[in-house]
Amino acid sequence: MADEPLVLGIETSCDETGVGIVRGTTLLADAVASSVDEHARFGGVVPEVASRAHLEAMVPTIDRALKEAGVTAKDLDGIAVTAGPGLAGALLVGVSAAKAYAYALGKPLYGVNHLASHICVDQLEHGPLPEPTMALLVSGGHSSLLLSSDITSDVRPMGATIDDAAGEAFDKIARVLDLGFPGGPVIDRYAREGDPAAIAFPRGLTGPRDPAYDFSFSGLKTAVARWIEARRAAGEEVPVRDVAASFQEAVVDVLTRKAVRACKDEGVDHLMIGGGVAANSRLRALAQERCEAAGIRLRVPRPKLCTDNGAMVAALGAEMVARNRAASSWDLSADSSLPVTESHVPGHHHGHDHVHEVSKENLYS
Amino acid sequence: MLLLALDTATPAVTVALHDGTDVIASSSQVDARRHGELLLPAVDRVLAEAGRTLEAVTGIVVGTGPGPYTGLRVGLMTADTFGLALGVPVHGVCTLDGLAYAADIEKGPFVVATDARRKEVYWATYADSRTRLTGPAVDRPADIAERVAGLPAVGAGALLYPDTFPTAHEPAHVSAAALAALAAGKLAAGEELEAPRPMYLRRPDAQVPKNYKVVTPK
Ligand SMILES: [Zn+2]
Repeated sequence: MADEPLVLGIETSCDETGVGIVRGTTLLADAVASSVDEHARFGGVVPEVASRAHLEAMVPTIDRALKEAGVTAKDLDGIAVTAGPGLAGALLVGVSAAKAYAYALGKPLYGVNHLASHICVDQLEHGPLPEPTMALLVSGGHSSLLLSSDITSDVRPMGATIDDAAGEAFDKIARVLDLGFPGGPVIDRYAREGDPAAIAFPRGLTGPRDPAYDFSFSGLKTAVARWIEARRAAGEEVPVRDVAASFQEAVVDVLTRKAVRACKDEGVDHLMIGGGVAANSRLRALAQERCEAAGIRLRVPRPKLCTDNGAMVAALGAEMVARNRAASSWDLSADSSLPVTESHVPGHHHGHDHVHEVSKENLYS
Repeated sequence: MLLLALDTATPAVTVALHDGTDVIASSSQVDARRHGELLLPAVDRVLAEAGRTLEAVTGIVVGTGPGPYTGLRVGLMTADTFGLALGVPVHGVCTLDGLAYAADIEKGPFVVATDARRKEVYWATYADSRTRLTGPAVDRPADIAERVAGLPAVGAGALLYPDTFPTAHEPAHVSAAALAALAAGKLAAGEELEAPRPMYLRRPDAQVPKNYKVVTPK
């Protein structure tokens, strides 16, 4: 059991209700119900709409996952849930469900970190994570560069966006180009037929004195929007494909450049890329090219595992069970700003301070 | 019959166990901001106090609101998931009905009002403790003053607005004990209870916060 724990994971940090089931590092089920269509007309995720959808979708999605996996609830070794970070009200629905489910089944509960889950999910695709692993997480909610030597206890932030998330920039530019929401897939599609060198858009935070691993996409967003507006004001047609390709190139150039540099600086020979933007074809291609040139092995899970899902939560939960990490207690709360350094939220009876000491030691030794 | 009742639609986190005849254990804590943390430990405590396990429960009863959404969903999601895991039915009871039952007023009409925040109340009128006449609805107290004039009133929403509800009295919050007793009576009489679905009464604020979806760690 300890080697291959059977764990069900619940994810509700944003607009996807995800329930996944894994056995160790093997994916058994990945059921997702999304409320993305309900948010499309607002151009972004409306927290209350997402929370209402989670409540309606939860029980059917758990049912679906169990059927897909072909297991019964009483065989589970644990229930994992995203405790944070994310939208507070949305997280609370998942945490409430996970607690009730774990309690009713008499199983241990593991409140885990959403970002660490995004990294851990790669175990389901490419086997156990190399230790250490460098991870680039890019989505509508996060743009982070993280270094982990043990996904259950040691995740160290190397850099993060100082303003907008990468995925947000995609959404914004898609909106300016009237291409709809979400922006990632549609920009990717148009960019394939465009010239990435057509327009020289700025690369944020790449100056010699800028922080090496932090990102900024706000300036790029504004530059692209201004460029489009200037064309429109002049009565000229906007070359949508070239704009999409040049904008996308600016984003993925910075992302891959910084990720590869972090690997080199830290002597890490593995890079994993996760989050919704990891589905971007140009990001994958350029990362592959630059990693190969630098002798780094690139690991990118399939797109469905990159976007928010329950399997990633289950993957990290299974690792918690396998490594004997302390379970969470019944008063586990949703923490919308759970720090990335806290891979999970152990119950207090196991000594909160002690756990912090351990992780600090791992962090600097 | 062993019913586990819970309600998180008002500032109270309230849990009770009812054996078909009596409430055998209960817990109520008033803390509007910690519904998510308090509910499961309260269930655990109530079961321990009664010397029962969750597997012995034959049905779940949950307050369906109306109530502030975030807290309301904690009870509903917990009840739904218990129902799934245990394979027992989940019954919904309007939270205001629970308050009306607890008010124990033989002859109405009377009003039950809870705090809907934003200077509004959730309210309903009752002919007696078991019979709702109108509602539930959400309104500004001043806008319904004429309709509730002269009626006895209970609930925190009534206590909060004495201009509209001059004779308001306790109970302020619903108790799961009342909810359980009301549901047990209805089930014994062969009455259908409501589905365990939330009564929001308001459309969601369709506002995309700035930096929506941003969950980057501090
Ligand atoms: Zn995510």
